[in-house]
This record gives sequence, C-alpha cells and structure tokens, in this order.
Amino acid sequence: MSTVNLSTITKRFGNVTAVKELDLKIKEGEFFTFLGPSGCGKTTTLRMIAGFYYPTEGKVKFNEKDMTTVPPEKRNTGMVFQNYALFPHMTVYENVAFGLKVRRISKNETKSRVEDVLNKVRLDQYIDRQVSQLSGGQQQRVALARALVIEPDILLLDEPLSNLDARLRDEMRNEILRLQREYGITTIYVTHDQVEALTMSDRIAVFNFGECQQVGTPSEIYNKPVNDFVAAFIGETNLFSVTPDKENEGIAVFQSTDFDKSIYVGHTEENIGSYVEGEELVMSIRPEAVRILKDSDDGNNVFKGKVSLVQFTGASVHTYIEMKNGALIRATDLNNGPSTYLKEGTPVSFQLPQNQIRVIPKARE
Amino acid sequence: MLNAERRRTILLLIPIVLVLVGYVLYPSIETLFESLKKNGAFSLQNYVDFFGSKAASNLEALWNSVYISLLSVLFSALIGIPLAYIFNRYDFPGRQFFSNIAIMPIVLPSLVGVMAFMFLYGEAGLIPNALKDLFHLSEVPFSIGGISGILLVHAYTMYPYFYMTTSSALNNIDPSLEEAAYNLGSNRLSVFWKVTFPLLTPGLVAASLLVFMVSMASFSAPYLLAGGFRVLSLQIYFSKTNGDLDMAATQSVILSVVSIAFLLFMRWFQNRKDYRMASKGIGAHRSEVSNPFLKWSMVSLGIIAMIVLLLPHVTLLVLSLVPEGAWTWQTYPQAFSFENFRLLFEDTNIWDPVRNSLIMAAIACAGVFVFGIITSYALVKRNFIGKNLLDILVMIPWALPATVVGMNLILAFNEPSAFSFGKVLVGTFWILPLAYFVRFIPLVVRSTNAVLEQMDDSIEEAAQNLGAKWFYTFRRVVLPYIMPGVLSGSLLAFVQAVGEFPTSVLLYTLGNRPISIEIMNQLRMFNLGQAAAYGMIQVGLIAIVLFISYKFFGVKSENTL
Repeated sequence: MSTVNLSTITKRFGNVTAVKELDLKIKEGEFFTFLGPSGCGKTTTLRMIAGFYYPTEGKVKFNEKDMTTVPPEKRNTGMVFQNYALFPHMTVYENVAFGLKVRRISKNETKSRVEDVLNKVRLDQYIDRQVSQLSGGQQQRVALARALVIEPDILLLDEPLSNLDARLRDEMRNEILRLQREYGITTIYVTHDQVEALTMSDRIAVFNFGECQQVGTPSEIYNKPVNDFVAAFIGETNLFSVTPDKENEGIAVFQSTDFDKSIYVGHTEENIGSYVEGEELVMSIRPEAVRILKDSDDGNNVFKGKVSLVQFTGASVHTYIEMKNGALIRATDLNNGPSTYLKEGTPVSFQLPQNQIRVIPKARE
Repeated sequence: MLNAERRRTILLLIPIVLVLVGYVLYPSIETLFESLKKNGAFSLQNYVDFFGSKAASNLEALWNSVYISLLSVLFSALIGIPLAYIFNRYDFPGRQFFSNIAIMPIVLPSLVGVMAFMFLYGEAGLIPNALKDLFHLSEVPFSIGGISGILLVHAYTMYPYFYMTTSSALNNIDPSLEEAAYNLGSNRLSVFWKVTFPLLTPGLVAASLLVFMVSMASFSAPYLLAGGFRVLSLQIYFSKTNGDLDMAATQSVILSVVSIAFLLFMRWFQNRKDYRMASKGIGAHRSEVSNPFLKWSMVSLGIIAMIVLLLPHVTLLVLSLVPEGAWTWQTYPQAFSFENFRLLFEDTNIWDPVRNSLIMAAIACAGVFVFGIITSYALVKRNFIGKNLLDILVMIPWALPATVVGMNLILAFNEPSAFSFGKVLVGTFWILPLAYFVRFIPLVVRSTNAVLEQMDDSIEEAAQNLGAKWFYTFRRVVLPYIMPGVLSGSLLAFVQAVGEFPTSVLLYTLGNRPISIEIMNQLRMFNLGQAAAYGMIQVGLIAIVLFISYKFFGVKSENTL
C-alpha cells in the first residue's frame, strides 16, 4: 500500500498541454476518482502514475519514493484497462497467473493465489476457459483479478465500466468497491460518469482542460462546487449569470438579467464560493431545491412563470418553468402521484430558497 | 534524453534498415547507375536508345505491356465482378460450393497455369483437337498464342482479384444502407447505381491497379505464349541473355518507374477514399431466387464456370500420369501410370530440382519469417522519424516486377560488395534464396501487419504493468498473438518461392536449378508428363498451405493475395 504524491505535474504532447501543473496527494487506502469529460487529462494523469508516460515537468512519488522515470514494470501497480486488455491467447488462469509468473513465484503458490482471487471475483468455475468465451462482465472481473493478484501498491482503474450495459455496471460498481475494501488498496479510478464517481469515491478530483478544478469528498463536490463547470458537470443544475449588488445582515443581494427581482443569498461559506473582485459570477441552484408554490407568496426569491414542459421519469417529475423574459428553470420533485403533476401552460410561482443557492465564479478556460 | 523506449526502437531499426538498404535499395540504385552508364562513362545514351528510333522494339514492348495490362484489367473485371455479385447476392442450390471453386485459379502457380493452358488450348491442345475430331474439321478451329493466349491466361489467373475484392466489399455493405434507399423510394436499379456501386468503387479501383501491376510484371505467360510478340518484362530478360546489361538496366528502370508510380497512386487513392462502415454486426443478406428458370440458369452458370475453372487443374493431373514417350504423335495420351511420380523419388536427377526448390524456399522463408516479425512490429507499434519512408521501402519489392528484382540483384552482386561480405553472389547458390527473400518480404510484413494492427496497445501495456520486461512481453504476449498471421504469410511465401519462375530464370545455376527451370527443360524435351508432375507437386503444396492457413489460423483465402 502506498500514498501517491503528484507535485506540479505538466505533460505536453507537442504543442498540446494535456495536464497542467497538477498537485495531488492521494492517501493510503483511499478510493480516489479522477472525474471529467473526455480529453480533460484524467487518463493521461493515470498513465503517468502507471509509468506509460513520463511527465514533462514535475514529480510522481509513491510513499516519498521518487517514481517519476521508473519504467512501468517496476512500479508494482495493478491496472485495469478500459478494454480489459486480456491476453486473448491465454486462459483465465494463465491471464491471472501472468504477473505471478513474471515475479517468479512458485507453481504451488501461484495456483493457490490465482484460485483465491478468482474465488473472490466469483469466477472460480471459469478458471480453464478461454477469455473469449466469457461475457463482458466476466472479462471485467478477470481483468480485476489479474490486477489484484499481484498485490499491487496501487490499483489503477481506467474507465473500467464504460463497456458494460447499465445493469451490469451497477453490479460491478458494488463488486469493485467490495474488493477494494477487502484488500484495502489505494485505488485510483478514472471515469466520466458522475454517478460512479459520487457513489464509489472517498474523494474526487474534477478535471477540465488538463487542470484539476476541485478536489473533495462527493458531498463537498456536489454541494459546494467551486465553479460553474463543477456545478454543471456533477449532477443537474440551473445556472444563471449574476452580478453582486449589496450585502446586509448576513444576506447578500444579487441581480440577474434573467430574473425581474433581486436574488437573496445567505452569506455563508456554503452559499457563496470564493471569488476575486471583478470575476464573472454564476448562480447555481439544483432542480430538487427549487420549490413550486401552491399559492403565490411574496417572500424572498419568489418568481412567477408558466409551466412549459412536464417530464415524467418514474421516480421523479421534472417541471420546466419559463419566466417572462424567456429564461427556463427546472424543478425536480419526487413522484407524488398523477394529481400533483402540473399542466403545461399553467401559471405558477416558485421559490429559490436562499440557503440552497450557490454563487460561484465562472470557470476559466 | 535517450530513454529505454527510444533505445529499443533504434536497436530494432538497425537490422531492418541494414537489410532493406543492402538488398532492396542498394540493388535498385545499382541498376539506376548502370542504366546511366555507357561504356563505363556517365551518359543518357541508353535512354536515348530506348525511346529513339534505333530500337523501336523497346517502345513497342512498353506500349504492348501497357495495353495488354489494360485489357487484362477489363477482362478480369468483366468476369470477376458479375460472378461475385451473383454468388454473393443470390441464393441458389450449390452457391457455397461454386463460390469456393471460384478462387481455384490461385492454387495454380503462374508458370504451371500457363503450361496447363498450353496443353488445353494450344496448337496441339486437347480442346481444339477434340473439337476438330468431333466436327471432322481439317484444321484445329482455334488455338491460343500471342496476345490472345496471354490475355486468356491473365483473365483466368487475375480475375480472382476482382472476385475477392468485390465479394468482401459486398459482404461488408450494411444491408440497412440499401434498405434505407428502398425505404426512401429508390427502385432496384437506382439503389445499385447510387448506393451499392459507389461503395464498391474503392475496392474495384484497388483491384484494377493490382491487376494492372501484376500483368505489367507478368513474365511466364509472355515467355511461353508470346511468340514474336514483345512485352517489356520479357525484353529485360532478352537483353540480359544477350549480355546487354546496360539496356537491361534501362528497361528495368522504366518498368520500375511505371510500377512504382502505380503503387504510389494506389496508396494515395486508398487513403483518400475510405468508406468504412460505421455500423457493427453486419449480416449477409441474399435474395432467394424463386423463379425456377432464373434459378436453374444460375446453377448451370455455376456448373459451366466450375468446369472451365477446374479444367486446367484436371488437365495437369491427367498429364502428370502420362509417362515419357507414351504420347508422341497421337491426339490424345494413350497410357497412364504413376511413372512420373515414381521417378521423382527414385531418379536423383529428377528429384534434385524439387529438393533445391524446397531448400531454397525454406531458407528464404525462414528469413522473411524473422525479418517480417521485426519489421512489422517496428512499423506498427513503434514511432520514429522516417516511418513512412521505411514503409515504402518495405513495399518496393512488391511493386517491382520480379524480372526487375532479379536484374537488380544481378547488377548489385555481380561484383563484391559490403552487403555480400565481399563475395560475388551471382552464379552461387545463395543468390536465389536471397532473391526469394527479397521478393516475399512485403507479403509477410503485410500479413503480420494485419494481425498486429488488431492488437490494441493496451495488451502490451497490461503485460508491462504486471511487471513483465519488454522482451518477456514480446516473447510471451506479442509473438503468440501474431503467430497465425506470420505463419500463414511465411507459408504462402514458401509455396510461392517454390514455384517462382522469373527471378529463377535470371539467376539460377546448374547446381541450384529449381523446379520451375526444370519444368521448362522438360517442356523443351517434350516430356509433358514429367513437367505436369512437377506442376502437381506445386499445386499440392499450395493447396496444403491454404488448407492449413484456413483451418488452423483462421485466415480467409481472400486475405492471402
């Protein structure tokens, strides 16, 4: 088991900067996720940890040991590839035993360790199959077993679930988490799927344009995004440009061209992110926080509009409300039966609770 | 900074570059220099002679080569495309069987094929004489020779290029594309012209260029059938045997320029137009033929095609059973026995050429096997400056007509050079294995490339990640993975080397004369039976190799070209 310490890492391919001045410390035994859209530099970072790329600048350390230019075969990391990269000419047993064979571990021990790990991933009865005869989920588990059996210091997972169908993905999510807990290995998980990131991780690093935007626990990232990119990328949200107006008695007041009245926001760390004077600001409010009012009420942050679309998704109902000047806002409620669905075209009032709004700066590109 | 990866790439490249420069590039340059020399001094006189009025035969030969090639393309296309369309788009009794038969010409090595055609349709051939007897004519009604003979042989041996590319293109077309066109209101004809045909064009153009190049290079057919008719590949041989090496070099350069121009054009075209199907999981769709008249006419077409296609093979088999002296003045052979095959194993004089061919082909095959693996790995999996150049260098022996390859080697190694370790190679045993090696480099590299390109980089990375060093990874992961491709390529190179004629005729010595040369000797002595028996050995070898490739390596026969 190891900690991973990346200090001011930069990776350039020709003129393209794939990763820019990245600083990260990953703790021992932690399940750490790199989350971001494709091309954001998360896989490049993972490959620098695995040793397939060497950083242009900066250092990679495992437990204070400098690994920056150590070749991949000497790093003792276990990697699961997006396409699993199973050796097609070998059986399940041979695939899993490969790393042990390279380490010159005795036949008997190899056998017992392979059997043990295949037992853990519940593939013991497939031990002599050719890998091509396995289903996608089974291949995935072989890849996991192959990475785990060498008892790596760090487990690296590169979008391991993206080739599976939705139901299998759910199942494998729990499986991976169970194995990680069982082995207690420091794990780095790369994904573009926010649900995977939120449900599995101890901590998440959100990437965009080669830069790490925010590092935090899933709830920090969701509830206290540092900028509009993080707010929009993780979960659903409504975003509106705002300008600061004034501040009194712990309430900050903002103006927005999308709303006909001032917006009041609690002046707390939860509601207002840090920004520099003069930065463009954005207000984010999650759809589940938007309250549709039964009767119009003249409290703070109450606005009027008309229902433009009602979307039924099963567990919840999305209601899109169009305001006078055309701006749309989405409210999400749990499904409370057909009688509570609004009709399209109905005029409604809604409230943006002032302790649920988050004002944050726009992300720099 | 020179890191381990970079060092390894350079180490891999050194032997590759040495071999390619020494045995491909250097001989070509020698030929070019030779063509620019007259009586030991630099001059353009040879080219003036070539295009000038002094030797009109050269220009005539170039023109003949080009127009025979164009006609060969036309005839091959006219046979190959409709046959492919019928066999792949309509379902009728025996379809699968007929479509397997359709590629039978590829198991006939060129010299053997030409020989079979002579026996069949030549002046003394079986078919013309049978017709003569049948209708009590005083003369044979027709016989092949000259242009008609060459064209017939070309059409027969080269139409599979069209047949195979069209078949595979047709099977790769997603049926839903045509269905979409029908759904949008097109009729059958406009679907064919507006959707199907445009999707076939890249393949057809590639096949046309291929046939054009192959028939520009064709040697055996003109050699046996041309009579007084001149083609460029043959002119080179005549110049060489007349001792006019300068002119032979000049003719080689001109033929090479035409061929390489076509190769470059082909590469450019293939890169420009690449319709790759976006959809996965394509199912073949064939329309069942329900009209009984149409159905049975298709079946009879299949049967006729089968007879015509297999006739050369059958003739070869029958003739190989005719012992020496048993068929002299009679129209048809009189006696049959296994005498020729028995002699093969008992008479060392007759067995020697077979042994020579097998040994030399095996040496060349071992060479291309090792060289092919290293080169293909470097080309597909490594990045370095000048990769495109290396790729072209590897493909040059493929673009160059065999006669030119032979000439290049003569001109490079008829004097000591560093690449022959200071020895003269021409006139020794080693020149032929070397020629075979050079000839079949592209074949093995291409078949290895095809598998290696399928292998995702992550496979190697996974092995590395699990702690395996580069060489261990290469040995235990990469090699087993690509082995089917390499083996099938090398085996094919082996059988082709066994039958190789054009370079053999330029480079053989009495001591290492291969099968093809001995076939010519036997023909000259009118011992047709023994010649046919040699031919049967080659056909048998090719059939075995194709079977092994198909059965054990899962290589489809259409990928072997």
